[in-house]
Amino acid sequence: MIRINCPFCGERDHSDFTYGGDGSIVYPELDAPAEEWVEAIFQRENIRGVQTETWHHVSGCRQWLVVERDTMTHEIHSIKAAHEGVAKVLEAGK
Amino acid sequence: MTRFSAWSVFRNGLSGQSGWTRQWRDPEPKKQYDIVIVGGGLHGLATAYYLAKNHGLKNIAILEKGWLGGGNAGRNTTIVRSNYFMPGNRQFYEHSLELWENLSHELNYNVMFSQRSHISLLHSPGAIDGAARRYNTMRLTGTPDAEIWDLEKLKQNVPHLNYGPDCRFPILGAAVQKRAGTARHDAVAWGYARAADALGVDIIQNCEVTSTSRSGNSITSLTTSRGEISAKKVGFAVAGNTSRLWQMAGFNTLPIESHKLQAFVSEPLKPLLDQVVVFGVGGAHFYISQSDKGGMVFGGDLDWYKSYAQRGNLPIVQDVAECAVSILPCLGRVRLLRHWSGVMDMSMDGAPFICKTPLDNLYLNAGWNYGGFKASPASGWYFADLIANDRPHETIENFNLDRFAQGVSLDERGAGPDPKLHG
Repeated sequence: MIRINCPFCGERDHSDFTYGGDGSIVYPELDAPAEEWVEAIFQRENIRGVQTETWHHVSGCRQWLVVERDTMTHEIHSIKAAHEGVAKVLEAGK
Repeated sequence: MTRFSAWSVFRNGLSGQSGWTRQWRDPEPKKQYDIVIVGGGLHGLATAYYLAKNHGLKNIAILEKGWLGGGNAGRNTTIVRSNYFMPGNRQFYEHSLELWENLSHELNYNVMFSQRSHISLLHSPGAIDGAARRYNTMRLTGTPDAEIWDLEKLKQNVPHLNYGPDCRFPILGAAVQKRAGTARHDAVAWGYARAADALGVDIIQNCEVTSTSRSGNSITSLTTSRGEISAKKVGFAVAGNTSRLWQMAGFNTLPIESHKLQAFVSEPLKPLLDQVVVFGVGGAHFYISQSDKGGMVFGGDLDWYKSYAQRGNLPIVQDVAECAVSILPCLGRVRLLRHWSGVMDMSMDGAPFICKTPLDNLYLNAGWNYGGFKASPASGWYFADLIANDRPHETIENFNLDRFAQGVSLDERGAGPDPKLHG
């Protein structure tokens, strides 16, 4: 079991969450060439090591989180809210 | 190498089993090969065998970082079937099943292929209609053993499933492929290794590729833990770690994520289940058969997050156990003996890649998702054909890396570009 320390709810089992996937993807503009969209939607670096990924706290606060996790050891290095404005407010409140 | 026969078994039985010889050589790697296959799993071994057998090629090596059969060859539930719907998949997996049917004879090695039927349970009129469409398509395109069973016939054949009226998903019938079944996974690896070795293929174990050297648009040599090896043609068959090797070859991304899939075996039981039974409805996903030793061999979903770790998580153990007792309540007090986890290449549409690459002499075999075991004979057959002739066979024309850009993905499940959903 991976334990994920949700910035809203505290530490929970990973079964509270759903895995969103690669969090480093930046989607192109809507009118960008098709190749850029193919790259963003289908192509993955598939890192063995620390990767940025998203998790959805679906059985908790229902917030999306951006997590840095090692895909070999499952160790989590950082967690923050995916919404940048919310993440800033949380950071300021610490 | 001793050829196996009833006579050789008899003779060695009388001489204290002293007449058996090594099954394959353990050669030192040469400096140069015509063809190097990276990955000594079922797909790599089968590829080398068919390169030598079907195409008469020599000077072939397989480089394996661990030992034969130590990766996903030994981390599966050994199910073989060809109940696919999409053009391309259908012909490919049917060809694979035909190769399975003659494999023990072809390799002179008993792979214990047991055509015990593959039974997918159906739980709603819509599911029966969907299965009828798929299985009728199979019958019309060369897979004659596809059947839809009603509840009475299912009860006669598999009497101890949970047919109770109060179960969450009552069983209404089943889609059945009668030529499908199971095989002995280690024997497949050993059989291909022995047969390839007999045709002159060098199988080099404990030989991990760490980097590649390129000249122009070709790979010239591979740096390995056992020295530099140059090759005229290189094939990658390392599902699970394809992305890492791909990056060693100087590329960046692939339409693949590595996920782990668990499987389980129980303590040995007396004969209980004669078929492969699949339970998939709602959130459930479960498949089970009984090994010749009596263990119940079963599995379920992926672990739901990307991982290269060959160890499974506990929520899936619980999920699979819940599926097991909901469909076979008689397993309630059976104890688990072992469980294991393999790292899968989960592709963006659930279909594999057997294709050329941007490099002139590099060929890719990857993206086997859940389906690598049953595919291994045809995977080797078509990959060998691709490497020998430098063009894809028409059956695997769509098994390439460009299919997403072209809008012709082979999404059998219709789940969209999310690798973890292609179970």
